[in-house]
Amino acid sequence: MSRVGWIRLAIVLGAVGLLELLCQTGVIKTMTMIPPSRMAVELWKMAESGKLGAPVAKTLSNVLAAFVLSVALGFIAGLLIHSLPRFRRALDPLLASYYAVPFFVFYPVLIVIFGMSDLPIIIIGFLFGVVAMIINTLNGLDRIPPVLLKVGRMNRMGSLQTALLIKLPSAAPYLFTGVKLAVAYSFIGVIASEFILSGAGIGYDIAYAYNNFDNRTMYALMLFILTTVTAVNMALYIWEQRMLKRRMGGR
Amino acid sequence: MPAAPKTMRETHASVAGVTRIFPAVGGQPPVHALGPLDLDLAKGEFFAVVGPSGCGKSTLLEVLAGLSAPTEGTVTFEGRPVAGQVPDGVGVVFQEDASFPWLTVWDNVAFGLRRAGFEAAEIKRRVDYAVGFMGLADFAQAYPAQLSGGMRQRVCIARTLVLQPRLILLDEPFGALDQQTRLLMGDELLRLWRETGATVLLITHALDEAAMLSDRVGAMSARPGRFIDLVETGWPRDRDSRIVSDESFGRLTGHLWSLLREESMKASGHKR
Repeated sequence: MSRVGWIRLAIVLGAVGLLELLCQTGVIKTMTMIPPSRMAVELWKMAESGKLGAPVAKTLSNVLAAFVLSVALGFIAGLLIHSLPRFRRALDPLLASYYAVPFFVFYPVLIVIFGMSDLPIIIIGFLFGVVAMIINTLNGLDRIPPVLLKVGRMNRMGSLQTALLIKLPSAAPYLFTGVKLAVAYSFIGVIASEFILSGAGIGYDIAYAYNNFDNRTMYALMLFILTTVTAVNMALYIWEQRMLKRRMGGR
Repeated sequence: MPAAPKTMRETHASVAGVTRIFPAVGGQPPVHALGPLDLDLAKGEFFAVVGPSGCGKSTLLEVLAGLSAPTEGTVTFEGRPVAGQVPDGVGVVFQEDASFPWLTVWDNVAFGLRRAGFEAAEIKRRVDYAVGFMGLADFAQAYPAQLSGGMRQRVCIARTLVLQPRLILLDEPFGALDQQTRLLMGDELLRLWRETGATVLLITHALDEAAMLSDRVGAMSARPGRFIDLVETGWPRDRDSRIVSDESFGRLTGHLWSLLREESMKASGHKR
């Protein structure tokens, strides 16, 4: 691991250690928060008892569906919008102010249309993630050197081949930013929706534990979410760094 | 050096009465970039185009390659019209770095062959040869960012060569290189020209490069670009960069400059 990596690890471990100390010495009351070590033990117990399997499967499958839809449709929409400059000029201010819209106001509408199923949750997760992907796709496409597109024309490549073999890899660093945001927004959208819209899933279980003063379960599940999202983001970060290292000549 | 014998050779590519006018954009008036202009390229000829900045040299190349349609006039390659579509058998090396940063040198060179559907064994044979020919064998698995500017340009030349184009169009391919590297790259270019027998059109702003490499040099006027003279260099086919020490080389570049001096002043807004 690099020196920066060690410093990063030390910061995280230091913060966790401080929280442990504050909880163990009673500065933070047990009613407010349990120590991180206890959270880990409770999480392990839940995993062993099999209580964790069903909510995790439900939440992660919804997050995965929202994420895949956000990335795939966001990329395609980005390609289409990029190919229509006049339409894009009209759309740009709307995209820029998109995240000012409180999506959760659409819950009732989505429930009326799709019922109390996973679909409204996936749609909310998708709505959170898709525009980040569109905006980053547009950024990436704007920065493709025109000469690379000329190479595509010299090789008599069609629109689809050009999109997949030149535009996609050329814009990849920007698309990767969109992918990372789509992961984060999909988690946020799905878990927040489960809090108020679902009868199952990690979000629902956290809300249920909170309403029943079950701090141990609540913090164990929160720890699970935090470690999962961090692990996914770290994996994407490492992948991104490897890709950039190749492109930057190992600098 | 003895002069090359002048023989009547068949026309390989030609432009006739070609003009290129870029339409008005954002309140700016239309730009008459090129022509009217006529040119016949003989099969196997090495032709260089020189002219002041902005005279339409690159526009001429794009029209000839089929990357851009002429406003008026006709372009033909091997007797068939080029109507704004890249014909089979034409390869272009661009001025800018056109290597794909996400592919290794080997995969960059193989890119066009894979798109054209060649078999794996044939791709390997051609790519290995081209990578070796361009002196890139030790860097076949390197990424473009790990190479110098000159080596990246060689990758782009190799990627064009493996397709065995019959007409090679080069748009200031050595523009970003130092003088010594340009001379050496010029030698390599002459070597591959002799080996492939392809027709070459080279766009360059360097008079010495044009004088050293080509059989004929077309000197262009300031915009809208037209040929003000076509100069025969008279070099033998088996030449290399050592001709720069030939006394007739100095006379040739001097003649080209005398043709272009006034046009260059016009292009840069200077008065005599």
